[in-house]
Amino acid sequence: MKSFQRPAGLLSLLMLAAITLQSQADVGGSNLVFYGITALALLIFFFMIVSVADNFMVIESKAKGIDTDETNMGLFPRLSDLFSAKKADYLENEHVVTLKKGYDIPLEGEPAGSVDDTLNVTRFAVNPPDYYGLMPIPKMEVEVGDAVKAGDVIFFDKKLNRIKFAAPVSGEVIAINRGLKRSIAEVVILADKEQTSRKYDLPAADASRADLVDFLLDSGAWPVFRQRPYNVVADPDVVPRDIFVSTFSTAPLAADLKLSIAGREEEFQTGIDVLNRLTDGLVYLGLDGREPAPTAFSAVANAEKRYFRGAHPAGNVGVQIHHIHPAGPGENTVWTVDVNGVLLLGELFKNGRYSTERVIALSGAPLSQPRHVRTHAGANLGELLQDDSLTDNVRILSGDVLTGTQKGSEGFLEFYRSQVTVLEEGNEAEIFGWLLPLKPRASISPTIPTLSKFEATTNTHGEKRAFVVNNDYEQVMPMDIYTQQLMKSIMVNDFESMEGLGIYELVEEDVALAEFACVSKQPLQQILREGLNTMREQG
Amino acid sequence: MKALHDFVKKFEPDHSNKLAHTTYDAFYTFLFQPDTVTKGGVHITDGMDLKRLMVHVVLALQLLYVFGTWNIGHQHFVALGQYNGFLEGFHLKIIYGLIQILPIFVVTHVVGLGIEFIYAARKGHSVEEGFLVSGALIPLIMPPDIPLVWLAVSIIFAVVLGKEAFGGTGMNIWNVALLARVFIFFAYPTTISGDEVWVAGIVKEGTEFYGATYGWAHGFFDWIFSGLGWSTFGEGGMAVADGWTGATPLGLAAKGGWDAVTQYYTESQIFWGNIPGSIGESSAPLIIIGMIFLMVTRIADYRVIVGGLIGFMVGALMLNAIAPPVLTDDTPGIFQFMAIHPLRQMIMGSFLFAITFMATDPVSSADTPTGKWIYGFLIAFIGIIIRVLNPAYPEGWMLSILLMNTFAPLIDHYVYQANVKRRVKRTAAMAKQRDELITKRIENPEIVSPSNV
Repeated sequence: MKSFQRPAGLLSLLMLAAITLQSQADVGGSNLVFYGITALALLIFFFMIVSVADNFMVIESKAKGIDTDETNMGLFPRLSDLFSAKKADYLENEHVVTLKKGYDIPLEGEPAGSVDDTLNVTRFAVNPPDYYGLMPIPKMEVEVGDAVKAGDVIFFDKKLNRIKFAAPVSGEVIAINRGLKRSIAEVVILADKEQTSRKYDLPAADASRADLVDFLLDSGAWPVFRQRPYNVVADPDVVPRDIFVSTFSTAPLAADLKLSIAGREEEFQTGIDVLNRLTDGLVYLGLDGREPAPTAFSAVANAEKRYFRGAHPAGNVGVQIHHIHPAGPGENTVWTVDVNGVLLLGELFKNGRYSTERVIALSGAPLSQPRHVRTHAGANLGELLQDDSLTDNVRILSGDVLTGTQKGSEGFLEFYRSQVTVLEEGNEAEIFGWLLPLKPRASISPTIPTLSKFEATTNTHGEKRAFVVNNDYEQVMPMDIYTQQLMKSIMVNDFESMEGLGIYELVEEDVALAEFACVSKQPLQQILREGLNTMREQG
Repeated sequence: MKALHDFVKKFEPDHSNKLAHTTYDAFYTFLFQPDTVTKGGVHITDGMDLKRLMVHVVLALQLLYVFGTWNIGHQHFVALGQYNGFLEGFHLKIIYGLIQILPIFVVTHVVGLGIEFIYAARKGHSVEEGFLVSGALIPLIMPPDIPLVWLAVSIIFAVVLGKEAFGGTGMNIWNVALLARVFIFFAYPTTISGDEVWVAGIVKEGTEFYGATYGWAHGFFDWIFSGLGWSTFGEGGMAVADGWTGATPLGLAAKGGWDAVTQYYTESQIFWGNIPGSIGESSAPLIIIGMIFLMVTRIADYRVIVGGLIGFMVGALMLNAIAPPVLTDDTPGIFQFMAIHPLRQMIMGSFLFAITFMATDPVSSADTPTGKWIYGFLIAFIGIIIRVLNPAYPEGWMLSILLMNTFAPLIDHYVYQANVKRRVKRTAAMAKQRDELITKRIENPEIVSPSNV
């Protein structure tokens, strides 16, 4: 289809049609329309000749080897050159994947680009529901009143009892909050002023993989590994095919992960080296190809670097895995680690301490000062947002607006998140809102132009309907997956179709943008999770 | 606005009366975008919902409604040999058109929406928007003189058996508007076919055509117009103009090719659409405006439309190739019909209308991008063959679209199967790449991995 990059083919078709029509027409020379069409046809004809000649020139230059660097040798710019941003120079010799599909929701309230180190948060929590694949009631190792150090075991799962879950900070356990059916929702720790970490005997640099795994399980650092398919905490008995790390987030109002490793580059490198010891395969790093200059992540060694250029969800590790080497069950099981997870491993192996220190974004239009702050995993949301007096009519999310979990100001940041978003609730009816949208709202549809960044609300903008889906999913899904059909096969429990259509490659965050764009307001993330659960039970 | 909202909320009936509540809910959600907020899943959603999607199709049809209204009147008076100029007797043409089209529009919506409301109440969900578009399309594809009872029966058939039986909007297999049309076509074949049905207010006695006598509504407007000193409808019942047959361009083309068409109509007349036909199908430029509007706003998928245009050209060129190179008066009509230039075929009949508004229905069309190309192409390709080669009736879009509606899931099935295979292949190819990279890495002693410990 290379010849269709230039519009000559289409134009010549049009011209042929016009000329044959005119040859049959019995119109007199006085007809103005006839002259107009003739003039147009002539123009098109000459354009076509020039364009064909131009194409030949390009082909010839390639054949002769003059066009070595794939630059455009023709007279006319290629359509793709006109409409896409230019690739930065440093990407010249890198693996770059350009994703055309996707959408960056232009929200107001982006976090400022510096890190606030002064924020004082006193309460942190370990939340068992953050980790997929566990039993609802874990076995507790601590009681209210116990003093813990960072890295001390708080609980472990009754089935996967080798995996230990550790305290993010040192301090005193002040509450164990229970959720539905007496499941444990939060283990709250009041942090010490001076943080202390549990002491570790690090395994030798040439220790076997089994020893390393045992150490990691015992250290409490194991939960940073998540396993695809299903996005569950990695099974210690499974050796992953490859390990994937996404070093950027394209989610709306997401934290800038470059800030996370500023000054901690060596720890990050150590973390990557540890990952290499855990797999026979490769460690892939997904990097942001939209950066104008190389970042600290570009300097990381011992990992396969892949650059991704494109709108959200290009930063999702699932999308990157899909384009690098799709995951699947059995021997295609892979692990994913986020940047904070790599840093945690780096701290552990370089400095011998357990540290969940991370830079998170406090973002959203209702905040007076959206910014990045340095804190630890599981920080209390109310304390994170202490500088703002928020009204009751806001929603506080752990995570981004597409995949986040709704929490009150008494909630805690989830383990795998590095973002808190505050959103205005949209609980106000809008007259003819569906017909004449006066309040700004995001849309991938050209019928609702979004000219500038705007304050989003949580209004549903419509009611749930059966799937009447034109092409919204395919506009935002940069994966070779038929989302709608997959969802339908999940709903009817058609295992074969689910497998064939790629359910193993997806987790909730990958279909979140499709759910956002869905005209029928179908809960795709929920449907997908049900499908994944069914597959997991069956498998 | 808050006050208005509270005022409307006062009338909300309780849930004990299901039909009343469903009806209230339908009107309430029409007036207001409700104050519901997201729960779980995404926290912000796209501003596009089904109502907005559907209403854009209705918007794209508005020009056709205006033109169709005028054209009903225009064709009527041209048949009677009066007011041949476009703007002559403009008020009479518009009023005549309105008197014809308004009852059709009202009956369509009362019957169709009535069924929707009853089913929504019975099934206990809110009224779905599907009929917004079907209800706007159905009047445009009916002949202007359609008896209202038939119209009502056809809509009941289409909505109950074509949609609600399958579970409502989003579940139907066939295009609802076309089902209504095809029901009329097959249930009342003798009266719907023939030449005179495409012009309103013409009756046939023996072999002679007369204008029908005007009714009380026309009399009422005559009273106003005569007061204003404008021309009036009069009594009606006069004979048609000399040589008028009421034949549509396609009807003529089927008998004698393009030469027969040009005896009655000019090319530009056919293009602009002041010819007899269904109410909204005739004006090519206005349909093209709607087509571009729907493609640019991505309400309709351009793949179906462009695929259809290609399929049409291919099919028509193929028929051109089959037709004998030299046409004489003795050439049978079917060959004359085949020999018509594709672009002329395109502006005659309702191809553009069908491919823009009927084929692109997201529910009954193919789901996959590849499938949509095939689906659009085959609709046009099969449609032109039905139009030209079927001896009974010189048009084929409703049949070809319904046929392809039936086969759309099959097309999609093969696209999905191809996807499944492609993904397996791709994974295998990537596994090979990975092996090469690993071999390279093992040679690098700096990287500690389980394989070189």
